[in-house]
Amino acid sequence: MFRRDWLIAFTFLAPALILLFGFTHYPAIQTLIDSFWTTPRGRRPATFAGLGNYTRMLEDDIFRRAMINNAIYAAITIPTSVALALAMALFVQGRILGRGFLRMAYFTPTVLPLIAVANIWLFFYLPGFGLFEQLRSWAGFSPRNWIGTPDTALYAVTVVTIWSQAGFFMIFYLAALQTIPPSLRDAAAIEGCAPLTFFRRVTWPLIMPTTLFVSVNATINAFRTVDHIFVMTQGGPNNASMLLLYYIYEQGFRFWDTAYASALTVVMVTILALIGIGQFFLLDRKVHYR
Amino acid sequence: MTTHVRPHSAFQPDRLLFVIGAWLLALIWILPLAYAIWTAFHPSAYETRFTLLAPLTLENFQRAWNAAPFARYFLNTILLVTMVLTAQIVLCSLAAFAFARFEFPGKNILFALVLIQLLVMPDVLLVRNYATMRTLGLVDTILAIGLPYFASGFAIFLLRQTFKTIPRELDDAARVEGCSWLGLLWRVYIPLARPTMLAFGLVSVSHHWNNFIWPLIITSSVETRPLTVGLSIFATTDSGIEWSIITAATLITSAPLLIGFLLFQRQFVQSFMRAGVK
Repeated sequence: MFRRDWLIAFTFLAPALILLFGFTHYPAIQTLIDSFWTTPRGRRPATFAGLGNYTRMLEDDIFRRAMINNAIYAAITIPTSVALALAMALFVQGRILGRGFLRMAYFTPTVLPLIAVANIWLFFYLPGFGLFEQLRSWAGFSPRNWIGTPDTALYAVTVVTIWSQAGFFMIFYLAALQTIPPSLRDAAAIEGCAPLTFFRRVTWPLIMPTTLFVSVNATINAFRTVDHIFVMTQGGPNNASMLLLYYIYEQGFRFWDTAYASALTVVMVTILALIGIGQFFLLDRKVHYR
Repeated sequence: MTTHVRPHSAFQPDRLLFVIGAWLLALIWILPLAYAIWTAFHPSAYETRFTLLAPLTLENFQRAWNAAPFARYFLNTILLVTMVLTAQIVLCSLAAFAFARFEFPGKNILFALVLIQLLVMPDVLLVRNYATMRTLGLVDTILAIGLPYFASGFAIFLLRQTFKTIPRELDDAARVEGCSWLGLLWRVYIPLARPTMLAFGLVSVSHHWNNFIWPLIITSSVETRPLTVGLSIFATTDSGIEWSIITAATLITSAPLLIGFLLFQRQFVQSFMRAGVK
């Protein structure tokens, strides 16, 4: 009897699990193995390279650039997106003039393909021509090539990421704000509690789990969101906007150096795993807030 | 913030600042889209000249549509998202049902392995998955774009949660009536999980409509390329293309999702919320 149940369960599971293992677990393990070998070229098969790909990484200036850039990218996108998302949620949570429009305006970037909106942003940034430039010339500044200058390219790309994801995070804050009992607010009003104090003492602690959840997602996105790089900068100029995932693409599919790309992927998966472990401990500890 | 609960005083300067802040942010946020719409519907001479009397035109759309095989790209994307969603619903319902209702050895380990995919998505394992597709002879097919996403850890997780809330009495009743397990899943569980399915469906469709890197790598011909890849090639092939045409193409690419979103705003927002809050 029990055995039959098992059989049915495994039959139901099999199709999904086979595909899941085939395209997530197997490639993850195989990538790790590949990273210890050289790239096979033509008739030359792969040979064991030990840590060769990893020592190469240590001496690779572009890799170092990509890691630093990715750290900057994460350090800016995570807090800014989260703060803006919270501000948006607070804005449209209660009654406000044009609430429907505001909500729509904040959320719309989420449903647009990043690759498509990158084209629009590209035009914004065009030197001497785009919209930013028009504003700057009115203000009396000289034209500036935002995405063509190493100093600003990374930041120009970062702005687009924040723009595209803040509205998405807003909806989680909206959901969290709805769970705050109105009686707390009434009580605070009677006590004459200032809105800012109420926010700091009541709202903020209560929405802490959401802040953590959103932050984790923003962190994952900081390593995953590179679509717009393809259109806007292609990692340039001079690798100024190179990010890890884009570098994996470049090594793997431009230079066809699959072994090195595998080693880079291992770094990426390690980072994602660390985020996962961090999330597990953080969320576990803060869960009693609810 | 919470200012609206204060009953007294007609004029509140901080309230005014609050409203202005909200509107300013919204205008900045909508600006790129508004600007794209402006450029796409006007002759290219008005790209950066804003006058109310600028003549409206659909020519940009027409020229964009004819400049690249967008009709084919549209077809490819629609085939892709339909295929992915159908496969996800079928495969993940079965798996979620097994996780929610059966006891079997290794259940927890298998479920943990499913959850790993929430973190390490196929998006990241590009190199190896490309090699797999080559072994399977699937490079440059629409199936290859979708296949790595068929078994969605996210969908399995979401559906399992929903299935678990369905009272077991329904199972027993249906089983007594002689209903098979598959019949039970089809007649009881899937209909009751419809809101979750809809939520997941919207998220899945918008994700795969917008997905870019993997389709870029795995496709190499007009017959397989989805809209996103088609657009990126169109916009970069030669710099001689006018901006107004590129923005028209951009709007063409985004239009179905954008219109869907504007029509079903509430469902979209609720779906994304439901799918995200685990």
